[in-house]
Amino acid sequence: MRKTLLYSALILLSALFIAPFYWTFMTAVKSSAELYQFPPVFWPSEWHWENFAAAWNKQPFGTYLTNSLIVVVLSTIGQLISSSLVAYGFARFRFPGRDPLFILLLATMMIPWDVKMIPLYMEFNLLGWINTLKPLIVPAYFADAFFVFLLRQYIMTVPMEIDEAARMDGANAFDIYWRIHLPLMMPALVLVGTFHFMNAWNDYLGPLIFLNDQSKYTLTLGLSMFKGLHEVDVTSIAAITVILCLPPLALFFVAQRYIMDGAVGSSVKG
Amino acid sequence: MDMTYAGAEPKVARRKRSAIARYAAPYLFISPWILGFLFFTLGPLVFSLTMSFYDWPVVGERTFVGLENYRSMLFEDPQFWESLWITVKFAAIYVPFNIVMSFLLALMLHHITFASGFFRTAFYLPSVISGVALVTIWSWIYSREYGLLNFMLSFVGIDGPNWLGDPNLAIVAIIIASLWGLGGTMLILLTGLKAIPKELYEAATVSGVPGWAQMVFITLPMLGPMLLFTFITSIISAFQQLTIALLLTKGGPLGSTYFFAMYIYDNAFKYFDMGYAAAGSWVMFIIVLLLSLGVMRWSAAWVYYEGEVRENDGDRNA
Repeated sequence: MRKTLLYSALILLSALFIAPFYWTFMTAVKSSAELYQFPPVFWPSEWHWENFAAAWNKQPFGTYLTNSLIVVVLSTIGQLISSSLVAYGFARFRFPGRDPLFILLLATMMIPWDVKMIPLYMEFNLLGWINTLKPLIVPAYFADAFFVFLLRQYIMTVPMEIDEAARMDGANAFDIYWRIHLPLMMPALVLVGTFHFMNAWNDYLGPLIFLNDQSKYTLTLGLSMFKGLHEVDVTSIAAITVILCLPPLALFFVAQRYIMDGAVGSSVKG
Repeated sequence: MDMTYAGAEPKVARRKRSAIARYAAPYLFISPWILGFLFFTLGPLVFSLTMSFYDWPVVGERTFVGLENYRSMLFEDPQFWESLWITVKFAAIYVPFNIVMSFLLALMLHHITFASGFFRTAFYLPSVISGVALVTIWSWIYSREYGLLNFMLSFVGIDGPNWLGDPNLAIVAIIIASLWGLGGTMLILLTGLKAIPKELYEAATVSGVPGWAQMVFITLPMLGPMLLFTFITSIISAFQQLTIALLLTKGGPLGSTYFFAMYIYDNAFKYFDMGYAAAGSWVMFIIVLLLSLGVMRWSAAWVYYEGEVRENDGDRNA
């Protein structure tokens, strides 16, 4: 009885979250005649699957995809390594300046992006990085405050006794990071990797500012190009949106099992 | 306490080296962030702070004006106060709703096993969609005549309002659209819930502790660090709200959704007054910083860290 109630509520609520996505998908496969019909067409009379290929071929989306993949893969690797190292440093050591530095780290999250944007552009310009993918990749190797905070909170739920036992066995600080905390925080790392993947994959402002040539564009820039000056190509926007959602969605579906059902609870008992 | 095996090197030298290593180790671990902070944060920050003391047009003469940008913003620019008030209103509604709804959804998902992957993915779905597409979808939903929302409302006999055209409703529309992206917050809380040892609940149930008390005395305290994290990040994202408002309502109607971030954005890219915009972004930074520090201080009363390094731990962590 209680389970039935719970599932009914979940189905109802999830419908609210899925409906707009359903609507986008249907818009992508509708004929142009049914696009603006009222009352809205919820189930198209004919399915135009060719809309996907047509939208993909309107711009060099193959090139965009390659660029997006380079950015996403390289920056995710950097983010995982750097953020976990820094989080471990803050969670497990006492050193002069730790607390002020950590407050500084938190403070960097509160800096409106607008503040840094213009100076950053000038800095990357000086380095000759404008119109390359570097501004979208390299900063990820220097840890992100949001992820450091998340991982630090996670490490702090692990009892200190585990570290001490390892130290008694002769492990040094890096061993403890590498052999104990890295495996223990795997679920949180998958969470960080997934979040970063989505951010990098969906990033719009970064590519918009740092890239000029169409040959360097990422997928989101290509998508925004459909919002032309004169008309908005609704079918192509919807079709590319659907395609763009699939990789992060697939990744999330695989990752969420690992994040949630991983060995979190059992190893943290202490 | 140093139990490393004795090697060939003399004892004194070894002890000295390990002392240096012990002192340097934490700094080595956090060095990626320190370097990144210097090059990608502090540098740009100092630069923008400098800009805020100048009359700095994109092209043409730059003149040092001291605190003039700040003075005229605080005392002569009604748009500053209006946009700040709209942002505060937005944050005051968005932040609690975001956390409470995420928490309730996470609790529900925590208690199911069948199809849990499907439901997690469903609630996270909107967070997967890029901003450009997201706004296109919401403008279809809110459209007065062709919109999905008003079409639904017509079934229950409600003549749907002009969501994005009514000054009182437009901000509600933006709050709803923003809350739609709560998947990330929900996920963080769900991860936290899964990390609470089951034994605590088992022991409590055996001792006859009722469900509500388990919630108050086990779940909420154990989730403390994660709740604090989502609290602060929600405040930050509420104050930086820009993309949705910029693309969905462009600040209107009648300036009712003219957020503070948009005020900064307009000064920079519409009026090309970089110095004034930089001053505005510094005001926002300081407000958010103070709010977050306040929350952190307040949280000391209700957040409990199991592995916390406390004062009486001595140097065992060094």
